[in-house]
Amino acid sequence: MGKTLFEKIWESHIVVEKQNEPALIYIDRHLVHEVTSPQAFDGLRMNDRKVRRPDLTIATMDHNVPTSDRSLPILDQTSAVQIKTLENNCKDFGIKLFDINSPNQGIVHVIGPQLGITLPGSTIVCGDSHTSTHGAFGALALGIGTSEVEHVLASQTLWLEKPKTFEVRVEGKRKNPHAVTAKDIILSIIKNIGTAGGTGTVIEYRGEGITDLSMEQRMTICNMSIEGGARAGLIAPDQKTFDYLRNREYTPQNYDSLVDNWKVNLQTDSDATFDKTFVLDINDIAPQVSWGTNPGMTCDVNESIPSPDEFSNGDANQKKGAEKALEYMALESGTLIEDIEIDRVFIGSCTNARLEDLIEASKVIQGQKVASNVSAMVVPGSQMVKKQAEEMGLHKIFIDANFEWREAGCSMCLGMNPDILSPGERCASTSNRNFEGRQGNGGRTHLVSPVMAAAAAINGHFVDVRKLDLN
Amino acid sequence: MEPFHNVKSIVTPLDKVNVDTDQIIPKQFLKLVQKSGFGKFLFFNWRYDENENLKSDFVLNNSKYDNSKILVAGDNFGCGSSREHAVWALDDYGFSVIISSSFADIFFSNCFKNGILPITLDSAIVEKLQHETNQIEVNLENQVIKTSSENIPFEINSHKKKILLEGLDDIAQTLEHEEKISEFEKNSTVPSVL
Repeated sequence: MGKTLFEKIWESHIVVEKQNEPALIYIDRHLVHEVTSPQAFDGLRMNDRKVRRPDLTIATMDHNVPTSDRSLPILDQTSAVQIKTLENNCKDFGIKLFDINSPNQGIVHVIGPQLGITLPGSTIVCGDSHTSTHGAFGALALGIGTSEVEHVLASQTLWLEKPKTFEVRVEGKRKNPHAVTAKDIILSIIKNIGTAGGTGTVIEYRGEGITDLSMEQRMTICNMSIEGGARAGLIAPDQKTFDYLRNREYTPQNYDSLVDNWKVNLQTDSDATFDKTFVLDINDIAPQVSWGTNPGMTCDVNESIPSPDEFSNGDANQKKGAEKALEYMALESGTLIEDIEIDRVFIGSCTNARLEDLIEASKVIQGQKVASNVSAMVVPGSQMVKKQAEEMGLHKIFIDANFEWREAGCSMCLGMNPDILSPGERCASTSNRNFEGRQGNGGRTHLVSPVMAAAAAINGHFVDVRKLDLN
Repeated sequence: MEPFHNVKSIVTPLDKVNVDTDQIIPKQFLKLVQKSGFGKFLFFNWRYDENENLKSDFVLNNSKYDNSKILVAGDNFGCGSSREHAVWALDDYGFSVIISSSFADIFFSNCFKNGILPITLDSAIVEKLQHETNQIEVNLENQVIKTSSENIPFEINSHKKKILLEGLDDIAQTLEHEEKISEFEKNSTVPSVL
């Protein structure tokens, strides 16, 4: 019987395998950042261990770096200590670091692909759940905890139980691909499968609705696999993948022969079977807006907020969850999404802060101003994205519209740096999580695409971007 | 890691589904560079009001549960961020067993690295345990939870059970496979990033 793409990558990385036990899997790439690594390096020191393969490891600082003027010292002392600790650890253990002043600094999941460090068919780990992003290139990319970070640093391997396979087939064509984006596809998927729908599985996204997408859009899809509970998300590499990675700073020298090999080996066989399948037809899907406190609590922009009864389908616990979410969000069932007014707009994060995201958002705001009651910011995903955007003049469009134009980092996706919501503030955000307090204690997050966030910034409330001329 | 021993305690019922790691330990506490001392920040935004006074309506603030070592929570516990700080906080606070109808994968895996036993049970049983007011006993060796009225068996992967019972150092074990790792590397063609 045929094999899935996941099974092929898995099998080619087994170092030790025993029946009914986890397998020891080799890790090709280890990405490190400042927040989940200090305790791992400490563990190495305590046990007198080295980093086994510093040549397969890279580090950057993204989670708590300020996005304001980089020439100024970091005021938050605990952040400064954590950043300094990463610098020291990289120096002590011989790891390449893209530090706060590097032109390659940025969100780890944005810089990996941009530098050609992410490769098809490879295994990639990082102490961050959004590592699933790299799956867009046909890599098996897993988020791990700090103990596992230490394990990979010491051994370049990881004990893993073999996940199940989950096919998510996206069929059809979007009528207006500028208004209905990859973000709306993945939010629709999560709305349907639920936030635990992918638990214990690796999702492979397939179908015309996926192959149609650009690499950056595919990253948005895979990025939010974890929001559906999945261990990882995968998309089989194709010509778009190979073209994207060609001539990057770390693209391997024998690239053409690698591509020949990937073309043959990195596809799910036609007779392979998956443990489960979900099919989404995108012919008629709408832009999505989350209304609750997890990414599954999402509806179409032209709908109204569902009642907890409608949302929960008879599950008493889910109903209670929805009631609590509406209370936290200060929203009522029946309110039209387009009537929800917002205070803040955040365009950023490893989900939606790549060049295409900024280009699409800039089309919405060109020649207009942010609504007077709204404050809006753009945080490019990496310094390289920022530079490319500035070369295209995008920063002028944003600044002229009264958006703040910032330096790269995770920023208000999780609010570890000074970019946070105040209690009660309502934000249209292109990030990935609308958990209670995620963007600041008491802050209220609505997850949307970059074009939806940009349109909300201009209008002061959500609008259906299908009504706009975005071509 | 310390070996896991049987746990006898009353349960702390956390009547919520989809408890994400942002709730277990909010981001402002992730800046510390050590593993200890996170217990006081556990469920911070649910435990404390804006003036950092205890909220009387949150279950952890009921003194009845002060010495509880067993947390019983709703579906999909530990979803979201991979932060192991969530497990460090639960551990430091005093929990050594978490019972739920399902766990998020990364959180589940992080538990075993820190000597915490996550137990997955049917949602009807989880709900019943949330109302259990007497002490219960969790016996990992025999894979059973003893309540005042019944014995509830639970499943656990034998490898994971061994790790907890023996308190094994994962990395030391792995490095015993050094030869196989080196052999794998000989045939691996992944280019360096240096």
